[in-house]
Amino acid sequence: MTKREIDSISGQETTGHEWDGIKELNHPLPSWWLYTFYASIVVAVIYWVLMPAIPWVTGHSNGILGYSQRASLDHVMEAATAAQAQYIARIDQAPSLAAIQADADLFNFAQAGGRAVFNENCAACHGLGGSGRPGGFPTLADDDWIWGGTLDDIAQTVRHGIRNADPDSRQSVMPNFGTDSILTAPQIADVSEFVLSLSNRSTDAAAAGRGKTVFADNCAACHGDNGQGKPELGAPNLADAIWLYGDGSKLAIMAQVTKPKMGVMPAWGGRLSEAQQRMVTVYVHSLGGGQ
Amino acid sequence: MTETSLQDSGTQEKVASRREQRAEPLYVGRIRVYPRKVHGTLRRFKSAMLVILLAIYYAAPWLRWDRGPGAPDQALLIDLPGRRAYFFWVEIWPQEVYYLTGILVLAALGLFLATSLFGRVWCGFTCPQTVWTDLFMWVERTIEGDRNARMRLDKSPLSLDKVAKKTAKHGAWLVIALLTGGAWAMYFTDAPTLVRQFFTGGATLTVYFFVGLFTFTTYLLAGWAREQVCTYMCPWPRIQGAMLDEDSLNVTYRAWRGEPRGKHKAGTSWEGHGDCVDCFSCVAVCPTGIDIRDGAQLECIGCGLCIDACNEVMEKVGRPRGLIDFDSARNMALRSAGKPPAAWRPFRLRTIVYVALLFLVAAGVFAALGTRSTLDINVLPERTPLFVLLKDGSIQNAYTIKILNKQRQAREFTLAVKEHPGARIEIVGAEPEGVLAAKPDHVATYRVLVSLPRAEVGEDSEAMTFVLTDNASSDTARHQTVFRGPDR
Repeated sequence: MTKREIDSISGQETTGHEWDGIKELNHPLPSWWLYTFYASIVVAVIYWVLMPAIPWVTGHSNGILGYSQRASLDHVMEAATAAQAQYIARIDQAPSLAAIQADADLFNFAQAGGRAVFNENCAACHGLGGSGRPGGFPTLADDDWIWGGTLDDIAQTVRHGIRNADPDSRQSVMPNFGTDSILTAPQIADVSEFVLSLSNRSTDAAAAGRGKTVFADNCAACHGDNGQGKPELGAPNLADAIWLYGDGSKLAIMAQVTKPKMGVMPAWGGRLSEAQQRMVTVYVHSLGGGQ
Repeated sequence: MTETSLQDSGTQEKVASRREQRAEPLYVGRIRVYPRKVHGTLRRFKSAMLVILLAIYYAAPWLRWDRGPGAPDQALLIDLPGRRAYFFWVEIWPQEVYYLTGILVLAALGLFLATSLFGRVWCGFTCPQTVWTDLFMWVERTIEGDRNARMRLDKSPLSLDKVAKKTAKHGAWLVIALLTGGAWAMYFTDAPTLVRQFFTGGATLTVYFFVGLFTFTTYLLAGWAREQVCTYMCPWPRIQGAMLDEDSLNVTYRAWRGEPRGKHKAGTSWEGHGDCVDCFSCVAVCPTGIDIRDGAQLECIGCGLCIDACNEVMEKVGRPRGLIDFDSARNMALRSAGKPPAAWRPFRLRTIVYVALLFLVAAGVFAALGTRSTLDINVLPERTPLFVLLKDGSIQNAYTIKILNKQRQAREFTLAVKEHPGARIEIVGAEPEGVLAAKPDHVATYRVLVSLPRAEVGEDSEAMTFVLTDNASSDTARHQTVFRGPDR
């Protein structure tokens, strides 16, 4: 039996440790605390046996249960796919895109699924949420549609794309009025002034007047008599506030007339499943300007 | 391990020197408490509390409350999968969990008030740990006998009688624990259905797991751990010091009267004797195994069983009752000095503040409950893109609107913008146009497009308040958000 040292003030036993005259009182932990500690060690050993735990040089122990986070994730993903299957089937079987829109449950599912498809495949050019990008990637959240904004128009554009090798893709060409010498420089300036006048921004009535004739002869066939555009030809509306190339200034319009830029888009028909195409169509239609 | 084993501390004195040095255990073994049976006012009160509280606990989930078709008819129910909590006429959604915070604040203030007035009455009479421990001790006493019989039994070698008694005791404990765990699960699922499913094996694995868990913890905490929960695990004994003052009533040994303690022979003079006859009755009945004559201490749960025990002895030896009693520190000082005790002061700055806070928080909680709306609206402005320019030059913003219909019937709503009566509002997918429908007890989600003429959009953002109006009852809900436009 070691000698017990009792602290004279508190009457309690000390541990015998002393620092600068201060002694530590002995307040031992209860023994169940110790047994809990041993129990945790036992649990740890059981865990090593059951679960992947011990790293080898080239890998690790697999444990009796064979658990892996990868397999667990696969399991969850399979369950999610299975849960989605009935919706996907209903979307595939819906008689029309409008029917998907009319069914609140399907519409919600298609919007969520469409967003995922859009973010993976479309957002690189069209921006998240269809916000568009400067330099010819049109905003899909507004009400201006180059190739039409109905569900069927959007579906067609998604499936076959624009100006690509797909035989059914959207095709149209605007002539190089300047570089191919179809129009003279003054004519291009005049017609640009006329285009400005379509959105009431012209400052030179005489030039706009001259440009009106040029427009009627060269542009109205595609863009319409009043520049309202023709979606079936991909000819944009020139009378609205939205400009695809540049800021709608006279210089930007002149540049586009002289040597037009024209956008291309891949055909998604071969890359996305039927249901994915339908969902992304419904999603794009809901972004802000579906017709 | 054997060398430092916990039982051999200091009992074998003539062993090798190496062992001598190691003999002091690093951990204290549990000293078993064998509380003796006691009769008296406080014991009766404690038993009454036990019966009342257990009755409430077991009966409450069986109370029914008609909420109409499709809704659960259990008065008290926390439906975790359904994300709803039901308290009689109140039905709470997850985002209203602050009511629960209010109730917890009220409970805490009530605890503070009771402690500053009467000491640790919560610990002594109403804490679940105390109630179930008391119940388990009653079972133990009924089966194994009183203190001395139990001590004898534990020391006795293994025998048929010992095995039978121990088996009966632990069996009874486990049955009570199972009932406790089972009743706990009833607060989270329909009680009659649960009982039927539980015994036909149709309940979910979750139910069996939690019933098992609470059975195990009840058995462990009330059967085995007992006072160690109060001494080692519970933070309240550490905090309560802040609630007590010199006017709080505490279980107190009146040392001025009791000392010098010592055995007293019947019929002899009490001259030079304190009233304490050192009979250790107060220690024997104590459920935490302490000696109240050592003064106020952490382990004391304020149950007052020592008061009952001491009163019994005082009556036997013919001295006045109340050698141990509920008393304040102020009175103790006065009496020690030989002065008359002062009247108990329940009204003190501390208690008045607690009562005021109680009323304030209660008023707040009840006002919030009373004016609780069954309609709420959340608006999330679209952030990509923040805004878009439309063909006619106006600016359009998109919002996701969530309508919380907390009624048990389908409702239809109309949406308007307060600041801009002329704003164009399009609800994507609304059928018929402009009508937002919400299913009963559901959240309806809509994408809403709002456009304003460019001239109406100030700097780069406008305050915008959505007003949702119920078409039938003209109930409204509002949500303020912003409408964004380009920099000017």
